[in-house]
Amino acid sequence: MSNPKKEYWRANIRLVGGCLLVWFGVSFGCGILLVDFFNQFQVGGYKLGFWFSQQGSIFTFLVLIFFYAFRMNTLDRRYGVDED
Amino acid sequence: MDLQTLTYLAIGLTFALYIGIAIFSRASSTGDFYVAGKHVHPVANGMATAADWMSAASFISMAGLIGFLGYEGGVYLMGWTGGYVLLAMLLAPYLRKFGKFTVPEFIGDRYYSQLARVVAVICLIFISFTYIAGQMRGVGIVFSRFMEVPIETGLYIGMGVVFIYAVLGGMKGVTYTQVAQYCVLIFAYTVPAVFIAINATGTPLPQIALGSELVDGSGYLLEKLDHTLVDLGFGAYTAPFNDKSMIDVCAITLALMVGTAGLPHVIVRFFTVPKVRDARISAGWALLFITLLYTTAPAVGALSRMNLIATVNGADGNGTEYVIMPNWFKTWEDSGLLAWYDHNNDSKVQYAAGKAFAGDGKPAFAGDQRGIHRERVTTNPGHGDIVGNAPFANELYVDRDIMVLANPEIAGLPNWVIALIAAGGIAAALSTAAGLLLVISSSVSHDLLKSTFTKNISEKQELMAGRLAAGVAIAIAGYLGLNPPAFVAQVVAFAFGLAASSLFPVILMGIFNKRMNKWGAISGMLTGLGFTLGYIIYFKGVFVAPFAANIPENWILGISPEGAGVIGMALNFIVATIVARNTAPPPAHIQQLVDTIRVPR
Repeated sequence: MSNPKKEYWRANIRLVGGCLLVWFGVSFGCGILLVDFFNQFQVGGYKLGFWFSQQGSIFTFLVLIFFYAFRMNTLDRRYGVDED
Repeated sequence: MDLQTLTYLAIGLTFALYIGIAIFSRASSTGDFYVAGKHVHPVANGMATAADWMSAASFISMAGLIGFLGYEGGVYLMGWTGGYVLLAMLLAPYLRKFGKFTVPEFIGDRYYSQLARVVAVICLIFISFTYIAGQMRGVGIVFSRFMEVPIETGLYIGMGVVFIYAVLGGMKGVTYTQVAQYCVLIFAYTVPAVFIAINATGTPLPQIALGSELVDGSGYLLEKLDHTLVDLGFGAYTAPFNDKSMIDVCAITLALMVGTAGLPHVIVRFFTVPKVRDARISAGWALLFITLLYTTAPAVGALSRMNLIATVNGADGNGTEYVIMPNWFKTWEDSGLLAWYDHNNDSKVQYAAGKAFAGDGKPAFAGDQRGIHRERVTTNPGHGDIVGNAPFANELYVDRDIMVLANPEIAGLPNWVIALIAAGGIAAALSTAAGLLLVISSSVSHDLLKSTFTKNISEKQELMAGRLAAGVAIAIAGYLGLNPPAFVAQVVAFAFGLAASSLFPVILMGIFNKRMNKWGAISGMLTGLGFTLGYIIYFKGVFVAPFAANIPENWILGISPEGAGVIGMALNFIVATIVARNTAPPPAHIQQLVDTIRVPR
């Protein structure tokens, strides 16, 4: 039993870890810590750092959750722990 | 039709809709009452979660806050949406697998301790009541402004409606009413936003309009706003860290994110879907519905700030005679949320950086007394100092909360749009209030009565107790709305700080750390709670005078009380881990419980 459940959990942690890295990157990274750097670039009337903080990070969060949900469904099926 | 008739019509129709839904979805079992029988479709749950989450503060106050803060307004945008990523990946699916009724129930079972459960109930009740007071106040403000009834009457009507559908329908009734309320509030929010966006930039999408050029040929909206504000002595709109330091922006954002994920009335919504995988995707739907409003708000904020400046300072930028100010200016002045003091005696209203009034900048009115221009007389004018290279001193006080409500009037939109805003604001406040009432009543009937004090009551009695508790909670909420404690604004920081520092870490460790035991969890929760409460009281003074000035020099690591939840959370993790290492590991059946919640099947 060494063991599909443990592997499933490890794969889960890897996926969540990757997603949270992106989560941190767009909000705290691009939107706050590196905002001055990104503000050098202009997209339309938006300074890029400002855009990340007030628009871009939110859109990224949204994509992240749907990506996570679909990847988890795949993992569930691969390890035979899905609900159907 | 005049504005008042239209408003009555819009609010009347939506109330009839909510009550109709309540009658069709009555709760018949405790399962219906607590978690809507776990039959809610993930998309419907997403909408209900969005309405549950977006409160009077999101609807009424947030855009104004962003408009006045500029870049730093991003802390609310990122903080209140980023929490859903944490919720979807770290909490919701596992708590759904656990499959019981309340958040304290999970904590009690996982940590095999009634004490832990009761501590969780205390955190939950404190967080939820804090929040409700604000919602009820929001209902009162909208009623009194748009229907011209006293705030009290508005409050009683709001309480009555919530009572009908929360007490009758429980979670089942609340869920489907929230779906309807979401539709009302998002329509009410986006329609005026689209109008204003088209007026200013010719682009209907607010998300694009904010980055577009103005139709009057004066260049990009944000650049124009930057210049205008700098000329008036403010910091540039898009420039970072004007009012808050980088570390404080990080701390507040993180505290709001983690606090969002730890709010019981949001978590419990994910108990209502049929499957674990529905809980994951449902968080995505919830964020999609929230994003519609949250990415619109920055445009509303920026445009309303610009419209305000244009209206007040006039085309020549020298101010506008008080006597020819538009109607909305005087109605809001009557309600005390706007005030003018003529520092330079030129009979014109002028808006620039600096405080027009002494003390905390809020006007004190001399009753209903009127001055020579028929303006309301104030008793605490400031010095009228000019800030930076502004052309004049600021003479205007504007409460940030009025920006969304006044926006359609400032932009000269038709009356039906204003009526819509009123109905939307009420929908936002009622949906959140109902969700909060429900978690309070279920933790009283389920966690305190059924599981701790009177263990042998029947399901029917428990359901009755739940309904009674909801009724009592509504009465208390109404009382708090009528007599808002002086510290309403401060306590909002409490709710997020407490959720971030107490509930979130304990639930997270309960799922991801098998070695975490009862003693670790209890000491962690108490440390996080104690520190955060202490920090906020120390600087903000609730019930007592503040112990130290609320200025960056006094803060730990430069983190303001709004961000204190982050330090509380870190302490919670540290203390819990140290204590758990030095006490006995949790029993085998608890470790098995953790194994089962980690897999969907």
